[in-house]
Amino acid sequence: METNLAIDISDLHISFGEQHILNGVNLSVKKGENLVVLGRSGSGKSVLIKIIAGLLKPDSGKVITLGKDMNTINEKDLRLLRQKIGFSFQNSALYDSMTIYDNIAFPLLRNAKKYTKAELDKAIIGALDAVGLAQTAQQMPAELSGGQRKRIGIARTLILNPELMLYDEPTAGLDPITCIEINNLIVELQQRFNSSAIIITHDLTCAKTTGHRIAVLLDGKFIREGSFESVFATDEPLVKQFYEYNFIN
Amino acid sequence: MRRNSIMEKKNRKYVFTKKLDAFFIGLLDASRFVGLYFKEVFRGPFEFTEFKKQCYMMGIKSLPLITLTGLVTGIVFTKQSRPSLQELGAVSWLPSLIAIALIRALAPLITSLISAGKIGSNIGAQLGSMRVTEQIDAMNVSGVNAFKYLVVTRVSASTVMIPILMMYFAFIGLIGSFINVYLGENTSFVSYFQEAFSPISFLDVLTGLFKSIAYGLTIGLVGSYKGYNASRGTEGVGIAANQAVVISMFLIFVEEIIIVQISGWIRLAQF
Repeated sequence: METNLAIDISDLHISFGEQHILNGVNLSVKKGENLVVLGRSGSGKSVLIKIIAGLLKPDSGKVITLGKDMNTINEKDLRLLRQKIGFSFQNSALYDSMTIYDNIAFPLLRNAKKYTKAELDKAIIGALDAVGLAQTAQQMPAELSGGQRKRIGIARTLILNPELMLYDEPTAGLDPITCIEINNLIVELQQRFNSSAIIITHDLTCAKTTGHRIAVLLDGKFIREGSFESVFATDEPLVKQFYEYNFIN
Repeated sequence: MRRNSIMEKKNRKYVFTKKLDAFFIGLLDASRFVGLYFKEVFRGPFEFTEFKKQCYMMGIKSLPLITLTGLVTGIVFTKQSRPSLQELGAVSWLPSLIAIALIRALAPLITSLISAGKIGSNIGAQLGSMRVTEQIDAMNVSGVNAFKYLVVTRVSASTVMIPILMMYFAFIGLIGSFINVYLGENTSFVSYFQEAFSPISFLDVLTGLFKSIAYGLTIGLVGSYKGYNASRGTEGVGIAANQAVVISMFLIFVEEIIIVQISGWIRLAQF
């Protein structure tokens, strides 16, 4: 079924033990749109994108990712779908026993057609170039800084030309200059590949720079949604606190 | 979809008690894991490069430890057995006694206990660390079958390598025993090994091999299960590695008792 939506979620519920994490979440992301999800730690933001990527299964509710129903999708189709999804993990999640080159080659060698060495080199250097780190190809992840690892994590997802990018706290723990670089990279990649993205963050500069739309998650539900300016034009204490902490303090 | 694990389903009333329920749920979860291994191992494509790498890591890298332990076991067991046999005037039985003990029991058991410590903990820690740093999720989310790449290759490698290590241990143990016998009785290498192998039957070799295959499978599966399902950060990695060793050893002893009992019945039926 052809649709203009990259993600369509309705009445999503998930809980772990006694703890209810998501309580009837409704959300949609258009193709080519960057949606920023804001929320307190433990509010279920990361859980939400893991459900979208099929890493977690919800208790109830409907999740349509790139046209596929995540409740009924089989293992084979899920694997094929995931090749269209790029997931940038909070701690980069680089394979620490492999070089940067092998990290980036890994999904390519296991997913796609047979590549010649020259084709593989071209694709990997291209992905590294896109994040400005072509010189690190033969280094190990442990030899890189946090910001570099984050960018390599993004390069690894780019190698499969994803239609949907999921960023989990892309600027967490990074210095302000590196944050700006990562924010610009997210915007640049979206423009270059016309992909959709969900960006989970606490960082309002990141939200303002990268997001076409902002959604605030509180107590397992989205309480506000809209442009950056409209979301923060409110007296809601938590939303105000977010704004004040980031821009006033 | 690891988190579909039934351990994490919630809001159920307890059937027995909280701990007992958790035990049975864990058991069911583990049997699903084992089932998934057997399903994936026979479904292509197989990750041969990773399998060969794991075989090298488990086999070749374990050789120094297995050599030392085998040699010491052979020497010490021979030295300790000699006085008792001397009292009975049966020192000439030493080679066959040592060979039977090594091939039927000592080689499979000691090799697998050493491997539970070395290989099992290694698998548990490696996969546990990959789980808590989200490397396994990263593999899955890039469309790679992480279970096949990480678990199937490791379990298959331990199932193949532990029987080979067991045979190597038995051989080195016999060499150690020969050294001790040679120093005591000046027996030749050929006559020692003729004596040693004369009472060994096909069933003995088969039982030893079967045991070590079962132990290899157990070590690989327990280490992988514990590592693959690790949680709670670095503490979880430690717990996974520790439990991989403890549970493997426990299961190896249980399997030893069962296999010895069954092979005993077969031996009785033969004669």
